[in-house]
Amino acid sequence: MTGSIAKIKQKQMEQLLSKGKRLDDRGLTDYREITLEQGIIERAEGSARVFLGKTEILVGIKIATGKPFPDTPDAGVLTVNCELVPLASPDFEPGPPGEKAIEIARVVDRGIRESKAIDVKKLCIKAGKNVFVVFVDVYVLNHDGNLIDASALAAVAALLNTKMPNYEIEDDTVKITQGYTPLTLKSRPITVTIAKINDKLVVDPQLKEEQVMDSRISIAINDEGSICAIQKGGAGYFTTQQIKEATKLAKEKAEEIRKKMGW
Amino acid sequence: MKKKNKKLIDKKGLRMDGRKPDELRSVKLEVGILPNADGSAYIEMGKNKILAAVYGPKEMHPKHLARSDRMVLRCRYHMAPFSVQERKSPAPSRREVEISKVIRDSLVPAIFVENYPRTGIDLFIEVLQADGGTRCAGITAAALAIAEAGIPMRDLVVACAAGKVDETIVLDLMDTEDKVGSADVPVALMPNLNAITLLQMDGILNPDEFEEALNLALKGCKKIYEMQREALKTKYVNLKEVEEQ
Repeated sequence: MTGSIAKIKQKQMEQLLSKGKRLDDRGLTDYREITLEQGIIERAEGSARVFLGKTEILVGIKIATGKPFPDTPDAGVLTVNCELVPLASPDFEPGPPGEKAIEIARVVDRGIRESKAIDVKKLCIKAGKNVFVVFVDVYVLNHDGNLIDASALAAVAALLNTKMPNYEIEDDTVKITQGYTPLTLKSRPITVTIAKINDKLVVDPQLKEEQVMDSRISIAINDEGSICAIQKGGAGYFTTQQIKEATKLAKEKAEEIRKKMGW
Repeated sequence: MKKKNKKLIDKKGLRMDGRKPDELRSVKLEVGILPNADGSAYIEMGKNKILAAVYGPKEMHPKHLARSDRMVLRCRYHMAPFSVQERKSPAPSRREVEISKVIRDSLVPAIFVENYPRTGIDLFIEVLQADGGTRCAGITAAALAIAEAGIPMRDLVVACAAGKVDETIVLDLMDTEDKVGSADVPVALMPNLNAITLLQMDGILNPDEFEEALNLALKGCKKIYEMQREALKTKYVNLKEVEEQ
C-alpha cells in the first residue's frame, strides 16, 4: 500500500515538475548517483552490484554446460532470470516470478541479446551436443524505482567480470580443467528508462515517481549509439513527439553513463 | 538469434510473399462471433488466426485484486499448442506472461476504467495459428471485442509492426521476416488521439531507421483502423437488417 502515499504526493510532484524540479532535487534528466562494484561473489563466475540511488541490484553469473537449442545447435545459451526478493520491498512476496519480474528479466535479456554483446557461437563446445549456458540472475535487494536500468547495468557489469572455465574434450565428454578465460563482450548495451508524469519526461524515475507515472519507456543503446531494444510500460500513452524526445534523451544519457563507467 | 543468410527481398524489391515493403498482409476481421462472451472478435492477418473474447464488467475474483477507484483489466494472451511448427506446451511461457502485460498496458488507456470502480474485465486472446505479429493482431482484435462488449472507450486501439529486413524498412513482418530480419518494432495506436500505447523493439536500428520504422508502423495502424471500423459497423448493420426482416 506504499502507492497511496505517492498518490497523496502526486500534486506536489506535478507542481515541482512544472518548475523543472523533482522530489529529490534532481533535474528532469538527471540520474541518481550510480555506484558499481564487481566481483563481490567469489563462488559466481561473474558478479556485480549496482546502486542507483537507493535501488540496489546484485547480479550473479553462473556458467554451466548443457545442450544447445535444436534450432541453434552451434550456439551457446543465454538465460536471464530476475528475482524480486521479498526483503527488498514491502510490496514483494515470496513465490515464483510474477509478470513484473518476468518483464525485467526479458527486457534485460533483450538488451544483451539484441546488441549481440555475447558471441553465442563462441560458447559452443561441440555443435549439437555441448554448449556453455550463461545464467544471468538478477537479484533485486532494495527497490526504490527504475529496476530495469539498474538491472541492465548490473547484468552487463557482471558479464564484463565473468570468467569462463577452461575445458578439454575427452571421449566425447567435456572435462573442466584448471584456470579461467575472461568472457569478452562485443557490445556494452546501456538501458535508459524515461517516465512520463503529467506530460513531462523524467529520466530514472524513483519509486514514488513510478507510482504516479502515466507510462514509461526503456530504451537500450549499444556501443555505436544505435537502439537495440525498447519496451514501453505502464497504463498510459506516448505521442510520436514524446517518443522522438525520449530516444534522443536515451542516447545522450547512455553516452554519459558509458563515459562514467569507462565502457 | 537473428541470422542473415536468406534473401528476403528480391531484385524487384518484393518480399517473400510478393508484398511491397510498405504493404500489409490481407486482413479479415469479424466482430461478435462467440455467443457466450460479452464481446468477441476474430482476426486473420496473413496466416495469423486469432480469437479475442471479453467477459465483464463483473465482480472481481479474487476480491483483493479489485481496485476501489477503477476497473481492473485482466489479460491473458495464449498460444494454442498447434499454432506453431513445433508443438508449444500449453503452460504459459515467460514470453506469454510478458506479452499479456504489454497488451493490457496497450488497451487500458483506451478504456474509461475510472467509471467502473471495484469491477474487472477478463480479456482472453487465443492464438490459433501464428505467423509473426501475433501481439499486434491480438490487440486489434481485442479492441473490437471490448467495443462489442459495450465498454465505453476513448478510442479504438489498433496495432501493427514495422521492421528491417535486408537493409529495408518493411511493414507488417511475417514469421520468417520476424525471425531472420534484423529488427522488429511492434506499435499500438489510439488513432484519433494519436497516442502510442504499445512500443517495443528488438534488433538494431540507428535513430533515423527507428523513426522511419515507427512512422511506417503508424501508417499501417491507420490503414487497419479503417478495416476495424468497417468490421464494427458491419456487425450492427447486419443486426439492423435482421430486425427489419
